[in-house]
Amino acid sequence: MEAYFDNAATTKVLPQVKDLMVKIMEEDFGNPSSLHMKGVDAEKYVRQGRETLARLWKVDKSEIIFTSGGTESNNMAIIGAARAHEKEGHRVITSAVEHASVANPFKYLEEQGFDVVRIGVDERGIVKLDELEAALNDDTILVSIMYVNNEVGAVMPVKDIADMVHDICPKAVFHVDAIQAFGKFHLYPKRMGIDLMSVSGHKIHGPKGSGALFVKRGTRIVPIILGGGQQQGYRSGTENVPAIAGMCLAAEIADKEMDERCAHMKALKDRLISGLTELEGVYSNSGEACHIASISFTGVRSEIMLHTLENSGIYVSSGSACSSNKTQNKNLSSTLHAMGLSPERLESTLRFSFAYDNTEEQVDYAINVIKKELPVLRKYVRK
Amino acid sequence: MDYKAFMIKYAEIGTKGKNRYIFEDILCRNINRKLKPLGDFYVRKEQGRIFVEANSDYDYEDVVEALGKVFGIVGICPVVVLNETDFDSIKNAVITYVDKAYRKHNFTFKVNTRRNDKSFPMTSMEVNSELGHYLLEAFPDMKVDVHEPEEIINVEIRKTVYIYSITIPGPGGLPVGTNGKGMALLSGGIDSPVATYMIAKRGVKMEAVYYNAPPFTSERAKQKVIDLATIVADYAGSIRLHIVNFAEIQKAIYDNCPHEELTIIMKRYMIKIAEELAKANDCQITVTGESIGQVSSQTVFSLAVINDVATMPVMRPCIGMDKQEIVDISEKIGSYETSILPYEDCCTTFVAKHPVTKPILSAIEKSEAKLEGIIEPLYQKALETVEVITCRSGNN
Repeated sequence: MEAYFDNAATTKVLPQVKDLMVKIMEEDFGNPSSLHMKGVDAEKYVRQGRETLARLWKVDKSEIIFTSGGTESNNMAIIGAARAHEKEGHRVITSAVEHASVANPFKYLEEQGFDVVRIGVDERGIVKLDELEAALNDDTILVSIMYVNNEVGAVMPVKDIADMVHDICPKAVFHVDAIQAFGKFHLYPKRMGIDLMSVSGHKIHGPKGSGALFVKRGTRIVPIILGGGQQQGYRSGTENVPAIAGMCLAAEIADKEMDERCAHMKALKDRLISGLTELEGVYSNSGEACHIASISFTGVRSEIMLHTLENSGIYVSSGSACSSNKTQNKNLSSTLHAMGLSPERLESTLRFSFAYDNTEEQVDYAINVIKKELPVLRKYVRK
Repeated sequence: MDYKAFMIKYAEIGTKGKNRYIFEDILCRNINRKLKPLGDFYVRKEQGRIFVEANSDYDYEDVVEALGKVFGIVGICPVVVLNETDFDSIKNAVITYVDKAYRKHNFTFKVNTRRNDKSFPMTSMEVNSELGHYLLEAFPDMKVDVHEPEEIINVEIRKTVYIYSITIPGPGGLPVGTNGKGMALLSGGIDSPVATYMIAKRGVKMEAVYYNAPPFTSERAKQKVIDLATIVADYAGSIRLHIVNFAEIQKAIYDNCPHEELTIIMKRYMIKIAEELAKANDCQITVTGESIGQVSSQTVFSLAVINDVATMPVMRPCIGMDKQEIVDISEKIGSYETSILPYEDCCTTFVAKHPVTKPILSAIEKSEAKLEGIIEPLYQKALETVEVITCRSGNN
């Protein structure tokens, strides 16, 4: 049996998404900026895609920028907003559990002389609001906090954070990396007080190389990619028409089926967690998100368990760093580390992440394989 | 510049006496193989030199780079070939050559003519002085220096005329295939690809063995070793990589032997298996990247105990080198960036936290005795399930 439980890393493209993209590549391949019919035909897909996201998010279509993916959206938002507001202040705030595509732009800002504050999390991986409150000052121009943590599935109180940021620092821009929330939560950025919001297409059964950034009207960001001035000058470069159309179709389907999918994924997640945590020395670090389970198998290094499962056709990801190589892989375990997990759990944690197409049988199969392999693997530890 | 040929210089081959033609033939074959994907070339031996002539269009930079990876070549001279053999044509061609081959024309030089075609109406000395005269006229900042010239402009007059002066250094060494066969133990680190390269450079055809231990090592670690073998194969010619499933043997050692001795015992089994594969594939030596003192298993005490199981010579070309010296070579051959990818370091389950640094042979043998009756079937199975992958670079 094969069980792909790495859907927080990437997902399989939906067949109807693939068909649409193939049609665009074969037939409607024009450059949306071209003046002729071929260009107009291609532009239609970009416009429709923009309208779809605008409708789903209840925002204006002029507030949506298409990008090459989550990483670019995060970079554009963070570096772009910091640059646009650098004359008004120098403090930029983020959390200690962000994805590398947020954490590293902040590291870059730090090197450029910005005053970076990283807010800690509690043992569930949720940002500490009192720490954030204390960090917000007159000098603050940007706050970036993720919606759903990618390693453990902790769901951040985004609305509360937005209220706090806007109350204390009315001029600060609030960015949300919503990449793991896309397709799992109804995202209404304006109602939640979000100024900038990043999403990625390939986490919701759309294509890789697709992403978007919501930019609330009036929010100033400086473009980081310069060129022909496409997308109102925010993001130059010929639009990736098939990817944009594919992502937006996937978003529409995900929205339509959201309740059903989430209930299904939640049931699988709960089934896996209860099946595994009854084993000795197995713990769950999972947050509230319906699709992510973080499990520690104490006594077995995560990579070894990962490769063992791989041999049985079960694909997961290691949520922790390799203890023999701490300096190099430090970023990988930032969440678990910030949550204060013991070294024993830190180095033995795996992430199982689900999609609509996973089944109960797959979950039971994984539980059985782990039950069989865990005692064997526990024998072989470094002494 | 339109070079129609390359003259290949080689050095050590010249000292090989009666076997010399064998070395030359193998070098010609290796050059042929290396250049095959790059165009239609004719490779021939002639009076202690090898000429490579292009019979088709080709990319000059690609060919020079490819020749720069053929062991045995000391120098590569791009040659302009001229079909007209009258003096005026030669004169014009030499001036054009010097004009294009050098960016600045302010060096000292001499013209060195060889006249195989004795029907040519001038002597070599006359050609030298006439051409020198015309060059000085064309390039007033150049000076003749017959004793220590910065550049020697060579003109060979045969049925056609060859003009050359620049020598691009080759990798040196001996042609691969002139010196038997070796089996290298490739780990995925920095040292073993360098060791493989160094032995291949002495003319030894290489094969390699990698010990795979899933789930303790990953598919990416295996791919990394395949990539490293492919990088070395760019110089050494195709390398057959034997992938041995080693996890069961490691587990048996872990289950039965003292943990501080794991690495030593494991390495002894690695050498034994490498020898079996070496014998089965007509190799005369095994090759490792060991360097004295680098890790606990590479103290002279450990090396001695590991070496005790060997019946074939174990070549360790990095043995006396500092890490930085090894790194320098790996950067030169282009394996460094791949070697430092982190996959391998992630699985140190079978490395004890406090391994022995001064193992005693009798103690190790006593520990190994506990494996009797357990390890033999695992050993046999490891040999029976070897996967062989032929690693070859894009152009060889």
